Amino acid sequence: MHCPLNGPRNISEFICYGEFHNHPDPDKTSDKDWAEYVWLANNAAGVVREWWCHTPTNYWFIAERNTVTDEILRTYPSEDLRPSEELRS
Amino acid sequence: MVLALLKYGLSRRYPVREEIPRTPDLKNHYDVVIIGGGGHGVSLAYHLATKHGITNIAILEKGYLGGGNTARNTTVIRSNYITSQSIKFYAASMRLYESLANELDYNLMYSRRGQLTLSHSDGVSRALRLRADSGTFLGERNEILDRQQIKELVPSLNLDIEGRPILKGLWHPDAATARHDAVAWGYAIRACDRGVELHQKTQVTGLTVDRNKVTEVQTNRGNVSAGAVVQCVAGHSSVVAAMAGLRLPIRSFPLQAMVTHPVKPFLNPMVSSTALHCYISQSARGELVIGGGSDPYELYNTRSTLDMKESLAASALEMFPFIGDLKILRQWAGITDMTPDYSPVMGRSPLDNYWLDAGWGTWGFKSTPASGFYLAQAMAEDRVPEMIQPFRLDRFDTFDLVNEMGATAASH
Repeated sequence: MHCPLNGPRNISEFICYGEFHNHPDPDKTSDKDWAEYVWLANNAAGVVREWWCHTPTNYWFIAERNTVTDEILRTYPSEDLRPSEELRS
Repeated sequence: MVLALLKYGLSRRYPVREEIPRTPDLKNHYDVVIIGGGGHGVSLAYHLATKHGITNIAILEKGYLGGGNTARNTTVIRSNYITSQSIKFYAASMRLYESLANELDYNLMYSRRGQLTLSHSDGVSRALRLRADSGTFLGERNEILDRQQIKELVPSLNLDIEGRPILKGLWHPDAATARHDAVAWGYAIRACDRGVELHQKTQVTGLTVDRNKVTEVQTNRGNVSAGAVVQCVAGHSSVVAAMAGLRLPIRSFPLQAMVTHPVKPFLNPMVSSTALHCYISQSARGELVIGGGSDPYELYNTRSTLDMKESLAASALEMFPFIGDLKILRQWAGITDMTPDYSPVMGRSPLDNYWLDAGWGTWGFKSTPASGFYLAQAMAEDRVPEMIQPFRLDRFDTFDLVNEMGATAASH
Protein backbone atom coordinates (compact mmCIF):
# COMPACT_ATOMS: atom_id res chain seq x y z
CA MET A 1 0.00 0.00 0.00
CA HIS A 2 1.19 3.48 -0.82
CA CYS A 3 1.20 5.61 2.33
CA PRO A 4 0.85 9.32 1.53
CA LEU A 5 3.45 10.09 4.22
CA ASN A 6 5.88 7.13 4.01
CA GLY A 7 5.56 5.89 0.46
CA PRO A 8 5.02 2.23 -0.45
CA ARG A 9 5.00 -0.01 2.64
CA ASN A 10 4.03 -3.61 3.38
CA ILE A 11 0.26 -4.07 3.88
CA SER A 12 0.88 -5.67 7.29
CA GLU A 13 1.96 -2.24 8.60
CA PHE A 14 -1.53 -0.85 8.03
CA ILE A 15 -4.84 -1.17 9.83
CA CYS A 16 -8.17 -0.55 8.15
CA TYR A 17 -10.59 1.52 10.22
CA GLY A 18 -13.59 1.05 7.94
CA GLU A 19 -15.77 3.02 5.64
CA PHE A 20 -15.68 6.82 5.70
CA HIS A 21 -19.00 8.36 6.71
CA ASN A 22 -20.13 11.68 8.05
CA HIS A 23 -20.40 11.95 11.80
CA PRO A 24 -23.94 13.00 12.78
CA ASP A 25 -24.47 15.54 15.55
CA PRO A 26 -25.51 13.43 18.60
CA ASP A 27 -27.69 16.27 19.94
CA LYS A 28 -29.73 16.57 16.76
CA THR A 29 -30.03 12.89 15.87
CA SER A 30 -32.91 10.57 16.78
CA ASP A 31 -32.13 7.35 18.68
CA LYS A 32 -33.01 5.30 15.61
CA ASP A 33 -30.68 7.28 13.34
CA TRP A 34 -27.93 7.14 15.94
CA ALA A 35 -28.25 3.34 16.19
CA GLU A 36 -28.04 3.16 12.40
CA TYR A 37 -24.91 5.30 12.44
CA VAL A 38 -23.32 3.10 15.09
CA TRP A 39 -24.22 -0.33 13.70
CA LEU A 40 -25.19 -0.36 10.03
CA ALA A 41 -22.69 -0.50 7.20
CA ASN A 42 -22.94 -0.12 3.43
CA ASN A 43 -20.48 -3.01 3.03
CA ALA A 44 -20.41 -2.35 -0.70
CA ALA A 45 -19.05 -4.79 -3.26
CA GLY A 46 -17.07 -2.40 -5.43
CA VAL A 47 -15.11 0.79 -4.85
CA VAL A 48 -15.17 2.06 -1.26
CA ARG A 49 -13.59 5.03 0.57
CA GLU A 50 -12.05 4.12 3.92
CA TRP A 51 -9.94 5.33 6.81
CA TRP A 52 -6.58 3.58 7.10
CA CYS A 53 -3.69 4.03 9.49
CA HIS A 54 0.02 3.36 9.01
CA THR A 55 0.65 1.97 12.50
CA PRO A 56 4.43 2.52 12.94
CA THR A 57 4.00 6.25 12.31
CA ASN A 58 0.35 6.47 13.48
CA TYR A 59 -0.46 8.36 10.28
CA TRP A 60 -4.15 8.37 9.31
CA PHE A 61 -5.26 8.80 5.72
CA ILE A 62 -7.96 7.92 3.19
CA ALA A 63 -7.77 4.99 0.79
CA GLU A 64 -10.04 4.14 -2.13
CA ARG A 65 -10.16 0.44 -2.70
CA ASN A 66 -12.06 -2.12 -4.78
CA THR A 67 -13.51 -4.78 -2.46
CA VAL A 68 -14.15 -7.20 -5.32
CA THR A 69 -10.74 -7.16 -7.04
CA ASP A 70 -8.69 -6.42 -3.88
CA GLU A 71 -6.99 -3.45 -5.57
CA ILE A 72 -5.95 -0.26 -3.83
CA LEU A 73 -6.83 2.52 -6.25
CA ARG A 74 -5.82 5.75 -4.50
CA THR A 75 -4.48 6.92 -1.14
CA TYR A 76 -4.35 10.54 0.00
CA PRO A 77 -4.25 12.69 3.14
CA SER A 78 -7.63 13.35 4.74
CA GLU A 79 -7.33 17.10 3.90
CA ASP A 80 -7.77 16.15 0.25
CA LEU A 81 -11.02 14.28 0.94
CA ARG A 82 -14.02 15.37 -1.15
CA PRO A 83 -16.87 13.23 0.28
CA SER A 84 -19.35 14.43 -2.35
CA GLU A 85 -17.13 13.30 -5.20
CA GLU A 86 -18.23 10.15 -7.00
CA LEU A 87 -16.09 7.06 -6.47
CA ARG A 88 -14.46 5.80 -9.63
CA SER A 89 -12.64 2.59 -10.35
CA MET B 1 -20.83 -58.41 -12.64
CA VAL B 2 -19.52 -57.98 -16.20
CA LEU B 3 -22.96 -58.58 -17.64
CA ALA B 4 -24.53 -56.13 -15.23
CA LEU B 5 -21.92 -53.49 -16.15
CA LEU B 6 -22.63 -53.97 -19.85
CA LYS B 7 -26.37 -53.94 -19.26
CA TYR B 8 -26.32 -50.67 -17.31
CA GLY B 9 -23.45 -49.12 -19.26
CA LEU B 10 -25.30 -49.46 -22.54
CA SER B 11 -28.75 -48.65 -21.18
CA ARG B 12 -30.22 -45.27 -22.04
CA ARG B 13 -32.16 -45.32 -18.79
CA TYR B 14 -29.02 -45.28 -16.64
CA PRO B 15 -28.62 -43.67 -14.17
CA VAL B 16 -32.07 -44.76 -13.08
CA ARG B 17 -32.90 -41.64 -11.14
CA GLU B 18 -31.64 -38.07 -11.10
CA GLU B 19 -31.73 -37.10 -7.46
CA ILE B 20 -31.67 -33.36 -8.07
CA PRO B 21 -34.15 -32.47 -10.84
CA ARG B 22 -32.91 -30.34 -13.72
CA THR B 23 -33.69 -26.65 -13.48
CA PRO B 24 -37.28 -26.18 -14.71
CA ASP B 25 -38.70 -23.08 -16.41
CA LEU B 26 -39.51 -20.23 -14.05
CA LYS B 27 -43.19 -19.83 -13.27
CA ASN B 28 -44.74 -16.37 -12.92
CA HIS B 29 -45.54 -16.72 -9.25
CA TYR B 30 -44.41 -18.67 -6.19
CA ASP B 31 -45.70 -18.62 -2.63
CA VAL B 32 -42.11 -18.35 -1.41
CA VAL B 33 -38.97 -17.32 -3.30
CA ILE B 34 -35.73 -18.24 -1.55
CA ILE B 35 -32.69 -16.33 -2.78
CA GLY B 36 -29.66 -18.58 -2.37
CA GLY B 37 -29.36 -22.34 -2.87
CA GLY B 38 -26.83 -23.07 -0.18
CA GLY B 39 -27.33 -25.12 2.97
CA HIS B 40 -29.56 -22.53 4.64
CA GLY B 41 -31.76 -21.98 1.57
CA VAL B 42 -32.43 -25.67 0.94
CA SER B 43 -32.88 -26.36 4.68
CA LEU B 44 -35.53 -23.62 4.79
CA ALA B 45 -37.27 -25.03 1.70
CA TYR B 46 -37.19 -28.55 3.18
CA HIS B 47 -38.74 -27.41 6.46
CA LEU B 48 -41.39 -25.26 4.76
CA ALA B 49 -42.36 -28.22 2.55
CA THR B 50 -42.25 -31.01 5.12
CA LYS B 51 -43.38 -29.31 8.33
CA HIS B 52 -45.76 -26.66 7.00
CA GLY B 53 -47.06 -28.01 3.68
CA ILE B 54 -45.79 -25.02 1.68
CA THR B 55 -44.42 -26.50 -1.55
CA ASN B 56 -44.90 -23.78 -4.19
CA ILE B 57 -41.33 -22.63 -3.60
CA ALA B 58 -38.54 -21.54 -5.92
CA ILE B 59 -34.95 -21.54 -4.75
CA LEU B 60 -32.91 -19.15 -6.91
CA GLU B 61 -29.20 -19.97 -6.94
CA LYS B 62 -26.79 -17.92 -9.03
CA GLY B 63 -24.22 -20.73 -9.27
CA TYR B 64 -24.82 -24.34 -8.37
CA LEU B 65 -26.36 -26.07 -5.34
CA GLY B 66 -24.19 -25.63 -2.24
CA GLY B 67 -21.37 -24.08 -4.28
CA GLY B 68 -20.94 -20.87 -2.31
CA ASN B 69 -19.93 -20.63 1.31
CA THR B 70 -21.56 -24.01 2.04
CA ALA B 71 -18.67 -25.51 0.09
CA ARG B 72 -16.10 -23.35 1.85
CA ASN B 73 -16.57 -23.96 5.56
CA THR B 74 -14.66 -26.22 7.92
CA THR B 75 -17.70 -28.22 9.15
CA VAL B 76 -17.71 -27.95 12.93
CA ILE B 77 -20.97 -28.66 14.77
CA ARG B 78 -21.00 -27.51 18.42
CA SER B 79 -22.98 -25.59 21.03
CA ASN B 80 -20.30 -24.27 23.44
CA TYR B 81 -21.24 -20.60 23.15
CA ILE B 82 -21.33 -17.78 25.69
CA THR B 83 -24.92 -16.47 25.93
CA SER B 84 -27.94 -18.61 26.82
CA GLN B 85 -29.73 -17.48 23.63
CA SER B 86 -26.96 -18.85 21.40
CA ILE B 87 -26.36 -22.02 23.42
CA LYS B 88 -30.06 -22.95 23.20
CA PHE B 89 -30.17 -22.27 19.47
CA TYR B 90 -26.98 -24.14 18.53
CA ALA B 91 -27.90 -27.01 20.87
CA ALA B 92 -31.19 -27.34 18.98
CA SER B 93 -29.19 -27.41 15.75
CA MET B 94 -26.90 -30.13 17.15
CA ARG B 95 -29.91 -32.27 18.10
CA LEU B 96 -31.31 -31.91 14.57
CA TYR B 97 -27.92 -32.86 13.09
CA GLU B 98 -27.71 -35.99 15.26
CA SER B 99 -30.77 -37.52 13.59
CA LEU B 100 -30.52 -35.76 10.23
CA ALA B 101 -29.03 -38.61 8.19
CA ASN B 102 -31.99 -40.79 9.23
CA GLU B 103 -34.50 -38.04 8.63
CA LEU B 104 -33.21 -37.35 5.11
CA ASP B 105 -32.28 -40.98 4.40
CA TYR B 106 -28.98 -39.64 3.10
CA ASN B 107 -25.45 -40.30 4.31
CA LEU B 108 -24.05 -37.08 5.78
CA MET B 109 -20.87 -38.70 7.14
CA TYR B 110 -21.87 -37.32 10.53
CA SER B 111 -19.13 -38.08 13.02
CA ARG B 112 -19.14 -37.15 16.70
CA ARG B 113 -15.55 -36.28 17.54
CA GLY B 114 -15.74 -33.85 20.44
CA GLN B 115 -14.03 -30.48 20.44
CA LEU B 116 -11.15 -29.36 22.64
CA THR B 117 -10.63 -25.61 22.99
CA LEU B 118 -7.27 -24.67 24.48
CA SER B 119 -6.35 -21.90 26.87
CA HIS B 120 -2.86 -20.43 27.13
CA SER B 121 -3.57 -17.79 29.79
CA ASP B 122 -5.51 -17.35 33.03
CA GLY B 123 -7.88 -14.91 31.35
CA VAL B 124 -8.85 -17.37 28.65
CA SER B 125 -9.15 -20.15 31.26
CA ARG B 126 -11.77 -18.02 33.04
CA ALA B 127 -13.61 -17.42 29.75
CA LEU B 128 -13.62 -21.16 29.04
CA ARG B 129 -14.94 -21.82 32.55
CA LEU B 130 -17.78 -19.38 31.83
CA ARG B 131 -18.58 -21.15 28.55
CA ALA B 132 -18.45 -24.57 30.23
CA ASP B 133 -20.73 -23.54 33.09
CA SER B 134 -23.18 -21.66 30.84
CA GLY B 135 -23.50 -24.75 28.67
CA THR B 136 -23.80 -27.15 31.59
CA PHE B 137 -26.49 -24.97 33.14
CA LEU B 138 -28.55 -25.40 29.95
CA GLY B 139 -28.00 -29.16 29.84
CA GLU B 140 -25.13 -29.27 27.34
CA ARG B 141 -22.10 -31.43 28.09
CA ASN B 142 -18.95 -29.40 28.73
CA GLU B 143 -16.05 -29.84 31.09
CA ILE B 144 -12.78 -28.15 31.95
CA LEU B 145 -9.73 -30.37 31.54
CA ASP B 146 -6.33 -29.90 33.18
CA ARG B 147 -3.00 -30.58 31.46
CA GLN B 148 -2.91 -34.25 32.43
CA GLN B 149 -6.40 -34.87 31.06
CA ILE B 150 -5.56 -33.01 27.84
CA LYS B 151 -2.45 -35.17 27.45
CA GLU B 152 -4.54 -38.32 27.79
CA LEU B 153 -7.17 -37.08 25.35
CA VAL B 154 -4.78 -35.84 22.61
CA PRO B 155 -1.36 -37.45 23.19
CA SER B 156 0.07 -35.87 20.03
CA LEU B 157 -0.55 -32.30 21.21
CA ASN B 158 2.43 -30.17 22.25
CA LEU B 159 1.45 -28.82 25.70
CA ASP B 160 4.59 -26.75 26.20
CA ILE B 161 4.30 -24.15 23.47
CA GLU B 162 7.06 -21.62 24.01
CA GLY B 163 5.66 -18.49 25.62
CA ARG B 164 2.14 -19.90 25.46
CA PRO B 165 1.99 -23.12 27.49
CA ILE B 166 -1.38 -24.84 27.40
CA LEU B 167 -3.04 -24.41 30.80
CA LYS B 168 -6.60 -25.71 30.50
CA GLY B 169 -8.99 -27.05 27.92
CA LEU B 170 -12.73 -26.82 27.33
CA TRP B 171 -13.92 -30.29 26.34
CA HIS B 172 -17.19 -30.48 24.44
CA PRO B 173 -17.77 -34.21 23.81
CA ASP B 174 -20.90 -33.84 21.65
CA ALA B 175 -19.25 -31.64 19.02
CA ALA B 176 -19.27 -33.27 15.62
CA THR B 177 -18.45 -32.91 11.97
CA ALA B 178 -20.37 -33.82 8.83
CA ARG B 179 -19.93 -33.55 5.10
CA HIS B 180 -21.05 -30.05 4.05
CA ASP B 181 -21.97 -30.96 0.44
CA ALA B 182 -24.07 -33.88 1.61
CA VAL B 183 -26.06 -31.64 3.97
CA ALA B 184 -26.99 -29.35 1.07
CA TRP B 185 -27.65 -32.27 -1.28
CA GLY B 186 -29.75 -34.19 1.26
CA TYR B 187 -31.99 -31.23 2.07
CA ALA B 188 -32.31 -30.30 -1.61
CA ILE B 189 -33.25 -33.84 -2.69
CA ARG B 190 -35.95 -34.18 -0.05
CA ALA B 191 -37.28 -30.66 -0.71
CA CYS B 192 -37.44 -31.35 -4.47
CA ASP B 193 -39.19 -34.69 -3.75
CA ARG B 194 -42.03 -32.59 -2.36
CA GLY B 195 -42.26 -30.24 -5.31
CA VAL B 196 -39.83 -27.46 -4.41
CA GLU B 197 -38.12 -26.05 -7.53
CA LEU B 198 -34.37 -25.55 -7.41
CA HIS B 199 -33.29 -23.06 -10.08
CA GLN B 200 -29.53 -23.25 -10.53
CA LYS B 201 -27.59 -20.66 -12.56
CA THR B 202 -30.39 -18.21 -11.80
CA GLN B 203 -29.02 -14.94 -10.49
CA VAL B 204 -31.22 -12.38 -8.78
CA THR B 205 -30.44 -9.03 -10.36
CA GLY B 206 -32.95 -6.79 -8.62
CA LEU B 207 -35.97 -6.57 -6.34
CA THR B 208 -39.02 -4.38 -6.96
CA VAL B 209 -40.35 -2.84 -3.77
CA ASP B 210 -43.82 -1.32 -3.74
CA ARG B 211 -45.75 -0.14 -0.67
CA ASN B 212 -43.28 -1.77 1.72
CA LYS B 213 -43.48 -5.15 -0.02
CA VAL B 214 -41.21 -6.96 -2.44
CA THR B 215 -43.56 -7.42 -5.39
CA GLU B 216 -41.19 -8.81 -7.99
CA VAL B 217 -37.86 -10.63 -8.08
CA GLN B 218 -35.81 -9.92 -11.21
CA THR B 219 -33.44 -12.62 -12.43
CA ASN B 220 -31.30 -13.30 -15.47
CA ARG B 221 -34.00 -15.80 -16.56
CA GLY B 222 -37.02 -13.56 -16.17
CA ASN B 223 -39.06 -11.99 -13.41
CA VAL B 224 -41.24 -13.70 -10.81
CA SER B 225 -43.68 -12.48 -8.21
CA ALA B 226 -43.85 -14.02 -4.75
CA GLY B 227 -45.97 -14.11 -1.63
CA ALA B 228 -42.86 -13.96 0.51
CA VAL B 229 -39.18 -13.53 -0.32
CA VAL B 230 -36.26 -14.57 1.87
CA GLN B 231 -32.54 -14.06 1.41
CA CYS B 232 -30.13 -16.84 2.43
CA VAL B 233 -27.00 -15.52 0.73
CA ALA B 234 -24.05 -15.79 3.09
CA GLY B 235 -21.19 -13.70 1.78
CA HIS B 236 -23.48 -11.40 -0.19
CA SER B 237 -26.05 -10.46 2.46
CA SER B 238 -25.44 -6.71 2.22
CA VAL B 239 -25.46 -6.77 -1.59
CA VAL B 240 -28.82 -8.55 -1.86
CA ALA B 241 -30.34 -6.55 1.02
CA ALA B 242 -29.33 -3.37 -0.82
CA MET B 243 -31.51 -4.50 -3.76
CA ALA B 244 -34.45 -4.35 -1.34
CA GLY B 245 -33.27 -0.93 -0.13
CA LEU B 246 -32.05 -2.28 3.22
CA ARG B 247 -28.80 -1.73 5.09
CA LEU B 248 -27.59 -4.42 7.47
CA PRO B 249 -25.18 -4.39 10.43
CA ILE B 250 -22.78 -6.58 8.46
CA ARG B 251 -19.23 -6.28 7.23
CA SER B 252 -17.85 -9.06 5.00
CA PHE B 253 -14.39 -10.55 5.47
CA PRO B 254 -12.72 -13.56 3.83
CA LEU B 255 -11.82 -16.45 6.12
CA GLN B 256 -8.98 -18.58 4.83
CA ALA B 257 -8.50 -22.29 5.42
CA MET B 258 -6.48 -25.16 4.01
CA VAL B 259 -5.99 -28.94 4.11
CA THR B 260 -2.82 -31.02 4.11
CA HIS B 261 -2.35 -34.23 2.19
CA PRO B 262 -3.90 -37.26 3.91
CA VAL B 263 -2.11 -39.18 6.66
CA LYS B 264 -3.13 -42.07 8.91
CA PRO B 265 -5.67 -41.15 11.60
CA PHE B 266 -4.02 -39.71 14.70
CA LEU B 267 -6.34 -36.89 15.74
CA ASN B 268 -9.87 -37.80 16.75
CA PRO B 269 -11.12 -34.64 18.53
CA MET B 270 -11.24 -31.26 16.81
CA VAL B 271 -8.66 -29.01 18.48
CA SER B 272 -9.01 -25.26 18.62
CA SER B 273 -7.02 -22.40 20.13
CA THR B 274 -8.40 -18.88 20.42
CA ALA B 275 -5.00 -17.39 21.25
CA LEU B 276 -3.35 -18.96 18.21
CA HIS B 277 -6.38 -18.18 15.98
CA CYS B 278 -6.30 -21.70 14.65
CA TYR B 279 -8.40 -24.85 14.66
CA ILE B 280 -7.48 -28.27 13.36
CA SER B 281 -9.39 -31.45 12.70
CA GLN B 282 -8.61 -34.59 10.75
CA SER B 283 -11.12 -35.45 8.07
CA ALA B 284 -12.45 -38.93 7.36
CA ARG B 285 -10.01 -39.01 4.42
CA GLY B 286 -7.08 -38.30 6.77
CA GLU B 287 -6.44 -34.73 5.64
CA LEU B 288 -5.75 -32.16 8.34
CA VAL B 289 -8.25 -29.35 7.99
CA ILE B 290 -6.66 -26.14 9.28
CA GLY B 291 -8.83 -23.07 9.59
CA GLY B 292 -9.30 -19.74 11.16
CA GLY B 293 -7.45 -17.01 9.25
CA SER B 294 -9.70 -13.96 8.87
CA ASP B 295 -8.37 -11.28 6.54
CA PRO B 296 -7.71 -7.95 8.28
CA TYR B 297 -9.91 -5.86 5.97
CA GLU B 298 -13.28 -6.20 4.24
CA LEU B 299 -13.29 -7.98 0.91
CA TYR B 300 -15.62 -9.84 -1.48
CA ASN B 301 -12.76 -11.85 -2.95
CA THR B 302 -11.91 -15.46 -2.12
CA ARG B 303 -8.22 -15.30 -3.04
CA SER B 304 -5.64 -16.85 -0.73
CA THR B 305 -2.70 -14.91 0.67
CA LEU B 306 0.70 -16.25 1.65
CA ASP B 307 0.94 -14.33 4.93
CA MET B 308 -2.35 -15.78 6.18
CA LYS B 309 -1.34 -19.31 5.18
CA GLU B 310 2.02 -18.82 6.90
CA SER B 311 0.42 -17.70 10.15
CA LEU B 312 -2.09 -20.59 10.07
CA ALA B 313 0.71 -23.06 9.42
CA ALA B 314 2.82 -21.52 12.19
CA SER B 315 -0.02 -21.90 14.71
CA ALA B 316 -0.71 -25.46 13.61
CA LEU B 317 2.99 -26.29 14.02
CA GLU B 318 3.02 -24.88 17.55
CA MET B 319 0.32 -27.38 18.50
CA PHE B 320 1.54 -30.33 16.42
CA PRO B 321 5.26 -29.80 15.64
CA PHE B 322 5.63 -33.16 13.88
CA ILE B 323 3.35 -32.15 10.97
CA GLY B 324 6.09 -29.88 9.61
CA ASP B 325 6.77 -32.15 6.63
CA LEU B 326 3.15 -32.36 5.49
CA LYS B 327 2.28 -30.53 2.29
CA ILE B 328 -0.64 -28.22 1.79
CA LEU B 329 -2.98 -29.89 -0.65
CA ARG B 330 -5.71 -27.29 -1.07
CA GLN B 331 -6.38 -23.78 0.13
CA TRP B 332 -9.45 -21.62 -0.12
CA ALA B 333 -11.39 -18.76 1.43
CA GLY B 334 -15.03 -18.17 2.21
CA ILE B 335 -16.72 -14.82 2.77
CA THR B 336 -18.00 -14.41 6.32
CA ASP B 337 -20.71 -11.83 7.01
CA MET B 338 -19.69 -10.44 10.40
CA THR B 339 -22.12 -8.61 12.69
CA PRO B 340 -21.02 -6.33 15.55
CA ASP B 341 -22.03 -8.91 18.19
CA TYR B 342 -21.04 -11.99 16.14
CA SER B 343 -24.63 -13.29 16.28
CA PRO B 344 -26.80 -13.72 13.19
CA VAL B 345 -29.51 -11.44 11.83
CA MET B 346 -32.56 -13.55 11.10
CA GLY B 347 -36.30 -13.13 10.99
CA ARG B 348 -38.33 -10.14 9.83
CA SER B 349 -36.96 -7.25 7.84
CA PRO B 350 -38.48 -3.75 7.81
CA LEU B 351 -40.40 -4.86 4.67
CA ASP B 352 -43.68 -6.75 5.14
CA ASN B 353 -42.99 -9.89 3.11
CA TYR B 354 -39.19 -9.93 3.07
CA TRP B 355 -37.31 -12.19 5.48
CA LEU B 356 -33.67 -12.28 6.46
CA ASP B 357 -31.27 -15.13 7.10
CA ALA B 358 -27.91 -13.38 7.31
CA GLY B 359 -24.91 -12.46 9.37
CA TRP B 360 -23.88 -15.98 10.32
CA GLY B 361 -20.22 -15.06 10.21
CA THR B 362 -18.23 -18.23 10.76
CA TRP B 363 -21.21 -20.22 12.11
CA GLY B 364 -23.37 -20.89 9.07
CA PHE B 365 -22.76 -24.63 8.77
CA LYS B 366 -23.55 -25.61 12.35
CA SER B 367 -26.78 -23.60 12.25
CA THR B 368 -28.05 -25.04 8.93
CA PRO B 369 -30.78 -27.36 10.34
CA ALA B 370 -32.02 -25.01 13.08
CA SER B 371 -32.06 -21.86 10.94
CA GLY B 372 -34.26 -23.62 8.38
CA PHE B 373 -36.45 -25.18 11.06
CA TYR B 374 -37.20 -21.97 12.98
CA LEU B 375 -37.32 -19.58 10.03
CA ALA B 376 -39.79 -21.92 8.28
CA GLN B 377 -41.94 -21.83 11.43
CA ALA B 378 -41.73 -18.02 11.55
CA MET B 379 -42.71 -17.63 7.90
CA ALA B 380 -45.48 -20.26 7.93
CA GLU B 381 -47.12 -18.99 11.11
CA ASP B 382 -46.19 -15.33 10.53
CA ARG B 383 -44.93 -15.30 14.11
CA VAL B 384 -41.25 -15.37 15.05
CA PRO B 385 -40.58 -18.25 17.50
CA GLU B 386 -39.01 -17.37 20.83
CA MET B 387 -35.88 -19.34 19.92
CA ILE B 388 -34.80 -16.88 17.21
CA GLN B 389 -36.30 -13.66 18.62
CA PRO B 390 -32.92 -12.63 20.11
CA PHE B 391 -31.42 -12.55 16.60
CA ARG B 392 -33.89 -10.03 15.16
CA LEU B 393 -32.54 -7.13 13.13
CA ASP B 394 -34.04 -4.41 15.32
CA ARG B 395 -32.05 -5.56 18.39
CA PHE B 396 -29.51 -3.01 17.21
CA ASP B 397 -32.02 -0.15 17.56
CA THR B 398 -32.32 -0.93 21.26
CA PHE B 399 -28.67 -1.92 21.79
CA ASP B 400 -29.98 -5.36 22.85
CA LEU B 401 -26.99 -7.29 21.53
CA VAL B 402 -26.19 -11.01 21.84
CA ASN B 403 -22.44 -10.88 22.34
CA GLU B 404 -20.55 -13.93 21.12
CA MET B 405 -17.15 -12.33 20.64
CA GLY B 406 -14.47 -14.91 21.36
CA ALA B 407 -16.75 -17.94 21.05
CA THR B 408 -14.59 -19.23 18.21
CA ALA B 409 -10.93 -19.61 17.30
CA ALA B 410 -11.35 -17.78 14.01
CA SER B 411 -9.30 -14.61 14.17
CA HIS B 412 -11.91 -11.89 14.22
